[in-house]
Amino acid sequence: MKRFLVVLVLFFLFAMPAGVVYAQGESGQGTGQAAAAQAVPAVDTGDTAWLIVATALVMLMTPGLAFFYGGMVGKKNVLGILMQCFTILCLVSVQWVLFGYSLSFGPGKGFWGGFEWLGLKGVGLAPYADYAATIPHQLFMAFQMMFAIITPALIIGAFAERMKFSAFVLFTILWATFVYDPVCHWVWGIGGWLRELGALDFAGGTVVHINAGIAAFMTAIFIGKRKGTNSHSILPHNLPFTILGTALLWFGWFGFNAGSSLGANGIAVNAFVVTNTAAATAGMTWALLDWIFNKKPTMLGMATGAVAGLVAITPAAGFVSAVSSILIGIFVSIFCYFAVAYIKPKFGYDDALDVFGVHCVGGIWGALATGLFASKAVNPAGADGLFFGNPKQFLIQLIATAVTVAYSFVASFIIYKVIDIVIKVRVKEKDEIVGLDLTQHHEKAYTILE
Amino acid sequence: MKLIIAIIQPDRLESVKQELYKEDVNLITVNEVLGHGRQMGVAEVYRGIKEMGNLLRKIRLEIAVNEDYVEKTIRAIIKGAQTGETGDGKIFVLDLVECVRIRTEERGGVAIG
Amino acid sequence: MKKIAVLIMVVIFVGCAFLVFGQDGREAVGQPHPAGQTRSLHGIDTGDTSWVLISTALVMFMTPGLAFFYGGMVGRKNVLGILMQCIVVLCVISIQWVLYGYSLSFGPARGFWGGLQWIGLKGVGFTPYADYAATIPHQLFMAFQMMFAIITPALIIGAFAERMKFSAFVVFTILWATFVYDPVCHWVWGAGGWLKELGAIDFAGGIVVHINAGIAALMTAIFIGKRNGGSKAILPHNLPFTILGTGLLWFGWFGFNAGSSLGANAVAVNAFVVTNTAGAAAGLSWALLDWIFNRKPTVLGTVTGAVGGLAAITPAAGYVSAFSAIIIGVLVSVFCYVAVSVIKPRFGYDDALDVFGVHCVGGIWGTLAAGLFASKAINPAGPDGLFFGNPKQFLIQAIAAAVTIAYSFAASFIIYKVIDIVMKVRVKEKDEIVGLDLTQHHENAYTILE
Repeated sequence: MKRFLVVLVLFFLFAMPAGVVYAQGESGQGTGQAAAAQAVPAVDTGDTAWLIVATALVMLMTPGLAFFYGGMVGKKNVLGILMQCFTILCLVSVQWVLFGYSLSFGPGKGFWGGFEWLGLKGVGLAPYADYAATIPHQLFMAFQMMFAIITPALIIGAFAERMKFSAFVLFTILWATFVYDPVCHWVWGIGGWLRELGALDFAGGTVVHINAGIAAFMTAIFIGKRKGTNSHSILPHNLPFTILGTALLWFGWFGFNAGSSLGANGIAVNAFVVTNTAAATAGMTWALLDWIFNKKPTMLGMATGAVAGLVAITPAAGFVSAVSSILIGIFVSIFCYFAVAYIKPKFGYDDALDVFGVHCVGGIWGALATGLFASKAVNPAGADGLFFGNPKQFLIQLIATAVTVAYSFVASFIIYKVIDIVIKVRVKEKDEIVGLDLTQHHEKAYTILE
Repeated sequence: MKLIIAIIQPDRLESVKQELYKEDVNLITVNEVLGHGRQMGVAEVYRGIKEMGNLLRKIRLEIAVNEDYVEKTIRAIIKGAQTGETGDGKIFVLDLVECVRIRTEERGGVAIG
Repeated sequence: MKKIAVLIMVVIFVGCAFLVFGQDGREAVGQPHPAGQTRSLHGIDTGDTSWVLISTALVMFMTPGLAFFYGGMVGRKNVLGILMQCIVVLCVISIQWVLYGYSLSFGPARGFWGGLQWIGLKGVGFTPYADYAATIPHQLFMAFQMMFAIITPALIIGAFAERMKFSAFVVFTILWATFVYDPVCHWVWGAGGWLKELGAIDFAGGIVVHINAGIAALMTAIFIGKRNGGSKAILPHNLPFTILGTGLLWFGWFGFNAGSSLGANAVAVNAFVVTNTAGAAAGLSWALLDWIFNRKPTVLGTVTGAVGGLAAITPAAGYVSAFSAIIIGVLVSVFCYVAVSVIKPRFGYDDALDVFGVHCVGGIWGTLAAGLFASKAINPAGPDGLFFGNPKQFLIQAIAAAVTIAYSFAASFIIYKVIDIVMKVRVKEKDEIVGLDLTQHHENAYTILE
């Protein structure tokens, strides 16, 4: 019953636009190609080479995230996490090509971008100067696709170990379409109102981290606690996987941040340096906090801190100096540590893998820090922040953050409720006990004997 | 002296432990094991090929107790592990011939507690 | 018997090494050659060069990725056997390629092999060789192709997993690379290769890599016999490793396909986008098939589908649009699903990790699909396919696929039989029961205590 429902919805969501598009498809490609023929000289091979690499790096972050999360859940649920990450990789790749890119980046002043790029019609191999003047337009599309993939993947950590797979698939499609695409358009798209307001978000603090973090918070509250969290805490089943995931994330994040300059230039190098610096500082800070409050520095803490640092520097990477990034890194660990170790137990929501505590809190701090530390000395195309004599920028960052938090929370909640009414979001209690691997996927991660 | 062996569901381990502590039974050995009874496991599928009746993960407890603790221990395990579903597990009680505490070389009942 | 294997290795390598060493001095004299000629390295584009350099590294990374993809699927007593075989292929072929493999494959000539003029990389310098790639150093092209030569024999490993003797494996790899990979590579890609002159298109190795390895895998699976334990499938011992391997393969495949344009240009971007799209569509498609026929979508199925999609898009990547990629991806999973879960059990060959079912079937479909969906609107340097008014291309593709299947099957069979007569290919039954890790390598993958 439910299975067919899901298949049906999937079919409609994908096939309808596909049908619309296919009619226009090849001719659209053709026109893009014709444009390419005229404007080819503008493509810079160095910039293009770097952006292709950066796109591949950001793609690797999603498997990296799968292992970062996968190591932290119980043995019986690890495949559930890996499967969800991989499904998003597949699902959003197709969604983005069919209609996601157009909704997000099509020039327009509305809720979404325009519909003119549905099915990549007109998104050819010539540069589109308003977004990136020296690389093929389709490469810009592919780069942004990887951001659209990792954002819903971040949310997984909140409802880990207890969400039904069919509900998850629906949630992802709807969330990508009704939350990610509009917010992305507002902040980055041509005609987006937050962009026109002057909000700065270099590589996705608002669009990716706050957006996903607050949706995670919402799902964690409404799906309820994991069974068993009352009697004991669920321990990470394989911490080396988490560390492996952290390393892959850190590696991929160079593409995420330094690639967001959309060229192999000075800004890219600045972003690279501050990304590394902030991650390192935040990792050290968290280890230190652990040492002070829990007597020993923990590996999981250090990895969490490093990821928080990477999150916080994301919106600021192209606008701040290395010294500022040290400050950003120190403070993000303090805030996130507080959120994870005090706020969460106090309020008792079961944000299983701390998506809210790390990504939302870290993202908010990063977005505000951009308004504090941004400097035209680093990036003349950016703005000055509060500490460089422009308090207005801080206010703009605050507004952009507040809007995203409010919209994402409400819209995610509506999507969540609709799905819950139609097919129930949470797995049956018995399935949760047996584990998602066996009940949702008929597989188990490890054999014990042979 | 008896040796109590119990096979239980992995997720019941925590509550069984709590029940045992309440009865002042603190010395247990725990293994992860595979097995199935009538329940016959859950179907698994690998690349479209079905594997039926596979072994499921279970937890095996071994507890050595003196006679006066036997019934208390059994009650505690049942209390912690019972859900009423198939697959809750089994308890075996065996006679124990000898017990030696390695540190002190004490033998018999004193060595157990 | 092991001595024989070692002897053959020594003879083959040292023989070649001597051959080459004699010329080495001359090569050193020959090397200033470019310097003598104006010393200008112009023609070399830094952007193109940096992209192909990275692509080469990405493709190299695929072999360890493949090791984990396969390693997770075997029993825990055989995982080191798989990892070892992949790493050994990486080492052996790297040397084989430099010594004589590159010359046999790419030396311009019209014979069975390419010419012998580039043995020991004599004359393969840093100036571009325009017939292959006009904007990057010739040696970079050589290194890029080397990674393809490495991963192709590594693919075959999956077929005879858990039961091949290591010494036999080493000999098989060297002979197979020399007598199967090198000639087929020459026919399809080498200057003067007859399939190339026939007009067969193979953008990044659907014929040369996937069909070639896949059919050799089928042959070995049939003749080495079933694993001990018969039809009962051996369950994957660590599925997260398989997912990790898939992530690394997908990441590396960007270098494989987008790098095959040999420059940071529009064709590379197109290849990148269609690679991602086809992988995603195929992953989704397999998950849906699982959902329909086995009631639950499985992780192993999804990643198998994704790899099938990546294999299928490989020959077509530079010639088709993103829409065609979706169709190619959706259908490849259908074909591979049938091959793996219907045909294999029906005929009862024990292709342990489905190399034939995924790579050969996927590669054949991709090669034919290139003949269907290729379009000059995407790549003016390529041909049109059947759907764009050129049925002849489809025929050429079918011929190229058939020739490769026939040749690779027959040649692999002869190599296999010769080795079997000389030193027995399969391990003793007792060794198989104990596991290859302990019997072939005297190591254990995991400790149980401590």
